[in-house]
Amino acid sequence: MTLEATAPEQTAPAREPVLSIKQISKGFGAVQALTDIEMDVYPGEVVAIVGDNGAGKSTLVKILAGVHTADSGQIFFDGRRVTIPTPAASRELGIATVFQDLALCDNLDVVSNLFLGRELGSGTLDEEQMEQQSWTLLRQLSAKIPSVRIAVASLSGGQRQTVAIARSLIGDPKIVILDEPTAALGVAQTAEVLNLVERLRERGLGVVLISHNMADVQAVADRVVVLRLGRNNGNFRVPDVSYEEIIAAITGATDNAVTRRATARPTQEVPEA
Amino acid sequence: MTATNTETPAERAADQQDERLILDEGLGGAIRSFGRRVRVGNLGSLPVVIGLIVIWAVFQILNPSFLSPDNLVNLSLQCAAVGTIAIGVVLVLLLGQIDLSIGSVSGVASAVLGVTFAQWHWPIWLTIIAALALGAAIGLLYGLLFARFGVPSFVITLAGLLAFLGLQLWILGPNGTINLPFSSWVVQVATSMFLPPWLAYTFSGIAVLVFLGSDWLRARRRARAGLSTGSRGLMLAKAALLLVVLVAIVAYLAQDRGVGVTFLLFVMLVVITNFFLTRTRWGRAVFAVGGSVEAARRAGIKVNRIFISVFILCSAFAALGGLLSAARLTAASNSSGTGDVNLNAIAAAVIGGTSLFGGRGSAWSALLGIFVIQSISSGLTLLSLDSSVRYMVTGAVLLLAVIIDSLSRRSRASHGQA
Repeated sequence: MTLEATAPEQTAPAREPVLSIKQISKGFGAVQALTDIEMDVYPGEVVAIVGDNGAGKSTLVKILAGVHTADSGQIFFDGRRVTIPTPAASRELGIATVFQDLALCDNLDVVSNLFLGRELGSGTLDEEQMEQQSWTLLRQLSAKIPSVRIAVASLSGGQRQTVAIARSLIGDPKIVILDEPTAALGVAQTAEVLNLVERLRERGLGVVLISHNMADVQAVADRVVVLRLGRNNGNFRVPDVSYEEIIAAITGATDNAVTRRATARPTQEVPEA
Repeated sequence: MTATNTETPAERAADQQDERLILDEGLGGAIRSFGRRVRVGNLGSLPVVIGLIVIWAVFQILNPSFLSPDNLVNLSLQCAAVGTIAIGVVLVLLLGQIDLSIGSVSGVASAVLGVTFAQWHWPIWLTIIAALALGAAIGLLYGLLFARFGVPSFVITLAGLLAFLGLQLWILGPNGTINLPFSSWVVQVATSMFLPPWLAYTFSGIAVLVFLGSDWLRARRRARAGLSTGSRGLMLAKAALLLVVLVAIVAYLAQDRGVGVTFLLFVMLVVITNFFLTRTRWGRAVFAVGGSVEAARRAGIKVNRIFISVFILCSAFAALGGLLSAARLTAASNSSGTGDVNLNAIAAAVIGGTSLFGGRGSAWSALLGIFVIQSISSGLTLLSLDSSVRYMVTGAVLLLAVIIDSLSRRSRASHGQA
């Protein structure tokens, strides 16, 4: 189903970005959350968005997901200029978003959540088709969910994350946005999710990964876009950049709390890319 | 058999391959899995069914004519009007909202029936359409106010309670009471039209066949999709049980006047509403919005449309209930829809097992809940106790239902199934 449906073509490096945003600004009352943000996402590329709390990462995600609309700026999708007024419009374009709070309905079962808003069947719901496709999809993701007919409330945090990511893949997206996908996960489940991110990239999807975890970012991302106080503050290719440089861009200073800790405790090795 | 899954995964249906699953097979397994659901707090309609049995047993002991065919036929007729209103309340509660104005809206509908039909001599179909359309328009107004301004539905409909009570009095004019001609079709339908036994048996047979057929088709679709199908014996046992129950009810009521047309209408509305809630996108969206508005919105569900559609349906059901009530009482008066109509309809939905917290419930709770309320009312009337006792007992039962709802919610939460 979804994973096979997208042709696994590894396009040549000289290609058009599938998603390109130019000079996006967004204010909430007196607070300017985003100012002139620029970002490109190419097919088959994992772009990590990093930044401190309040840097505007979540606001940017919500604009792409159609939850908020930008005050100014342009969004290009597949070369066309688009507007994203609603979540439905975002999904129709081919942008699938997994929010940090997962946005699952606790009272519904796994199948209902996976297909929520895009149920199969004409007239009445085709529960059997949905249940079968749910199993196929969850098995592809090596998900460890015992039954798809239990309420999502009774699943663990990692299982809920898996359901949320699986849901984003229904409907053949071109871009998958993951907001802190590993924040609540154990070690093995984090590795699973990172594997999953790589599988999405192999299928030619553009992946936008928001993360606080530099180890995750350096493990899977191809490019890092740094936001600081609502502005672009760096755009690095992961192989060319060190941990310290990213931290410096995030905090806006080479002398910051993180580097001071690192020098104060030299036994703690900084993770390498 | 209750057994953890020991067969190799490939032999099992796609939904039973996980080795942690506890598989309940056959009739005994169905009973065991039911017991497990109850223990973790998924009570469903169990408390209300038990409550109903207790209430009937107590009243039957206190007054042997309580379970007589005559009284049960009356009971079924009394259920239809307020029960229809309660279907709308179930829908609103599923969204986690409330409509306090259902009584007033039903009063407005009965006033419209009185004035346009009895005084202006409109054809009856035009009157019914006008009353239902007015109800739907009121619901649309609520829905727009709720979606546009985000005013809590509690306040909007509290305002509606007063405003539409005023509208009802204004429509009725200075007299305050308009009698409907007793010979008119609408009054005849509501008071003295009953299904002949052969027709009632036919309907029962059709209902069982539809039930069995949909179960069988579902099992076939599941088998084709590589999913487990459940036991065929259980399927037949359920259908047989339903047949026995329906035939017993029809045969018992036929000793008196039989199954009333309005009661049949009410039951069919419950069945249709249940179908739309469980088998369509709209119904799925209603449950999703009741579970989490934000999650539903992000899933691309047009949340405001769901709210508006449900408020429209609720007010339209209230209007229909008002028409049924006026036709049964052969009059539209300024007391139609006042008094305990409002609270009985809301209490019926809650007692029937629809959660006040949204996202959990079923159209059947309107039917079960109104049975409980009307049984109490009818039993106390038979005991010659006046409405003072009735109010107190109904209040106590409502409180009990809400406590059960809260307790089972807490139990589900502690078992990770909030």
